[in-house]
Amino acid sequence: MAGLATVFGSGAMTNSLPEVENHDVIFVIGSNTTETHPIIGLKMKNAVRKGAELIIADPRRIDLVRFSHLWLQHRPGTDVALLNSIMHIIMKEDMTDTKFIESRTEGFESFKDSLEEYTPEYGERITGVPKQDIIKAAHFYGNAVRPGIYYTMGITQHTHGTENVYAIANLALMTGNLGRESTGVNPLRGQNNVQGATDMGCIPNFFPGYQPAAMPGIRAKFEKTWGVKLSDKKGLTATEMTGEAFERKLKALYIMGENPVLSDPDIQHTVKALQKLDFLVVQDIFLTETAALADVVLPAACFAEKDGTFTNTSRRVQRVRKAVQPPGEAREDSHIITELAKRFGYHMDYNLIEEVFQESKKLWPALAGITYKRIAKTGLQWPCPTQDHPGTPYLFKGGFPRGKAAFTVVAYRPSEELPDAEYPFLLSTGRQLFQYHTGSMTRRNEAINAVSPTAYIEIHPEDAAVLGIKDGERVCVTSRRGSINIQAWVTERPLSKTVFIPFHFREAAANMLTNKACDPIAKIPEFKVCAVRINRTVDSEENVNKG
Amino acid sequence: MVTFKIDGQKVTVRKLSTILDAARKLDIPIPTLCHHPALSPFGGCRLCIVEIKGSPKPVTSCTTFARDGMEVKTSSPQLENMRKMTLELLLSDHPTDCMVCERAGDCKLQELAYFYGIKENRFIGERRTYDKKDGNPFIARDMEKCILCGQCVRICDEIQGVGAIDFAYRGLKTKICPPFDKDLNCEFCGQCVAICPTGALTGKMWKQKGRQNFTKIDTICPYCGCGCNITLHVRRNEVMRVSSKPETLNEGWLCPKGRFGYQFISSPDRLTKPLIRTISKEYSASDTWNIPPYPPLAKGGRRGGSDIFREVSWDEAFDYIAERLRDIREKSGPDAIAGLASARCTNEENYLFQKFMRAVIGTNNIDHCARY
Repeated sequence: MAGLATVFGSGAMTNSLPEVENHDVIFVIGSNTTETHPIIGLKMKNAVRKGAELIIADPRRIDLVRFSHLWLQHRPGTDVALLNSIMHIIMKEDMTDTKFIESRTEGFESFKDSLEEYTPEYGERITGVPKQDIIKAAHFYGNAVRPGIYYTMGITQHTHGTENVYAIANLALMTGNLGRESTGVNPLRGQNNVQGATDMGCIPNFFPGYQPAAMPGIRAKFEKTWGVKLSDKKGLTATEMTGEAFERKLKALYIMGENPVLSDPDIQHTVKALQKLDFLVVQDIFLTETAALADVVLPAACFAEKDGTFTNTSRRVQRVRKAVQPPGEAREDSHIITELAKRFGYHMDYNLIEEVFQESKKLWPALAGITYKRIAKTGLQWPCPTQDHPGTPYLFKGGFPRGKAAFTVVAYRPSEELPDAEYPFLLSTGRQLFQYHTGSMTRRNEAINAVSPTAYIEIHPEDAAVLGIKDGERVCVTSRRGSINIQAWVTERPLSKTVFIPFHFREAAANMLTNKACDPIAKIPEFKVCAVRINRTVDSEENVNKG
Repeated sequence: MVTFKIDGQKVTVRKLSTILDAARKLDIPIPTLCHHPALSPFGGCRLCIVEIKGSPKPVTSCTTFARDGMEVKTSSPQLENMRKMTLELLLSDHPTDCMVCERAGDCKLQELAYFYGIKENRFIGERRTYDKKDGNPFIARDMEKCILCGQCVRICDEIQGVGAIDFAYRGLKTKICPPFDKDLNCEFCGQCVAICPTGALTGKMWKQKGRQNFTKIDTICPYCGCGCNITLHVRRNEVMRVSSKPETLNEGWLCPKGRFGYQFISSPDRLTKPLIRTISKEYSASDTWNIPPYPPLAKGGRRGGSDIFREVSWDEAFDYIAERLRDIREKSGPDAIAGLASARCTNEENYLFQKFMRAVIGTNNIDHCARY
């Protein structure tokens, strides 16, 4: 989000879901779309059926590769080198959009010079992708009429995640592939309402609607509506909260519907940090691993037990409806928050949940035209400023919110922790089709557990042969941070010398191993690259998975 | 564009439209069992036959392109007779256990049998019997009820791009199955279940959970960011099934989590009472990974009342939280407190949560898991 917001002035998917089917070239980089966003995956497959060319850049042979015309199997963490060498060719062979660059961007000259050294030969050396494939990718994308770029955490979960996003934005800007139907840059959001939570200001530096908390004028507007004085101090990001808690600077944490013990990097560190807090409140639907560490646990209602709205990855605000009553004394999160506020003498009085929505759109004009009535059947995509506005399927038609979009000079730099003699394998973590996030919802489903019972490590047959590991055997995986015992899946999905573990499983939690190093701007941890070693002998249960 | 007449009504459609497309545009009913607008035409069930003036034999309207000046008749005594006979043949080896069939009331074959008044069947004879049942955990495959319309085969290939099933064997033995007649082992998206016109493919999860009298509520899927529109089938305060409508953003298609991942809603592990810790955290420090995923049942059968926590009233929980937070704020300032919101909660809840942290607690320490 931070990356795109800096470049364009807005950080969201620029196209909408139906537009996916009408691209003529789709470039998927760092997104296992068919498993993490299955329905967008279907639309991509349909686009291919209709004649679109599909380029995939992914270290793993993901399922979508079956449908691709070109698969670039680059080493994890080398995205900048790959993208820069693709752009090098586009520049050399004059496939840029000069008119677009002149009228709608700035900073092109220095960016142009920066690409000089990224020859396809250099790209091949760094990424491991044959140079003719890099050239082919440049031709596919450079000559496309309606190309779309899709990425997810494969791009962002790096210590240089923001730089990866800048490189993607550069590619779209230099070819003028923004601001048209079925043409754009599309970060796919991983959870049903990440877009909405970000829109609604659940990020430290922005009030609802990406309005900078540091700007006095903006703060004054919110102070007036909320009737209190607001802090002008910079807030902490989630990763910084864990760090500050570990140092005992942060004393109390109130967590609503999150399970950082399993989802954050370096579990031992997270658990210790949470234990050091003076006071931890966790509000959830299950007693998660995080809730088990809490001082107070509050039972919440799940999505089927409340009214409201979710905003999907393409900025579409859609209606959520109550279908059943919450169990026992579990309450809607909105009820819990307003009751708690009352205990502080602050009254949040709403008769209907829609009144909360109305208050938010008064403060953020992009939602002003959306009412529950208008989205009763179909959702609307923001910006939707007036009651008769049809919503905005694709962004930047007339221009960028920040005026001219900026090119950013991006240089390749290696990931924080790369394999060495002691830890010779590169570990990436991620999701799989059947399970979801920390598994608190999907792992309580018998059928899903039958097809996806436990964690596994994907390991290349060549590496397995060297280590003498057979398919299905249990192995011990160790990083500088911890150790887990896990079942081996010998498969040609990963690149040789790299391994992959899904992070859904508490009994072999991938995040015991991951590195908590973060991107300096977006503060995203590097889940996609850390160094591990694999032993055939399984460690005793006392030594693994210990918090 | 092509202009022609159906049952005397003039209609103009795009080139390469079929007669069936044009009839649907005019809202003229033509029965079909194998047609689906999102899939390639099949022409297998022979129910959509129509007469074209000047043509000696009826043709299947789903596979015949409209031509200029055509005169099409969708119903005549001869056509209806042929349709009835086709249905009788389909029903001749179809189980008649509608009273216990999952799809009764929602079955296209049953509905057509009803409209054509097929009570007696002239063609009762040899039946297909399959002893082997599919052991996969999601999809019940009763091939005795399959009418070989091939929609599941086409959707798996053309929409899902998986191709897990196909026609196998010949003649009366023809059936649809995975390679080598093994158990289904696929992505389990359940697209085939949604599209099956009979009781051949149903969800194992909703077996005997009811067929009618559901309250159906449209909402949004709780999993990834696609924002698929789903319909919850509710009875007695329990979600019994999830479906999706074709006219939605996701065109009615779902993934295994969206279609089958709803059990957690009524899980016995759900938290039902506020809990306050009774023992110090140092105890659990060494014990974090040995605790069961959820504490044992307390007296009265409720979860949560374990050694670690005690159940309290909401009032006690609220008062306790407010007291502790106020205390910490006084001693260490508002920035010693932080909040983590949730990408699984609604916009309204997230708005309130950040408002609580910023306006009530007085800190900008508010974030959520966008980074994970």
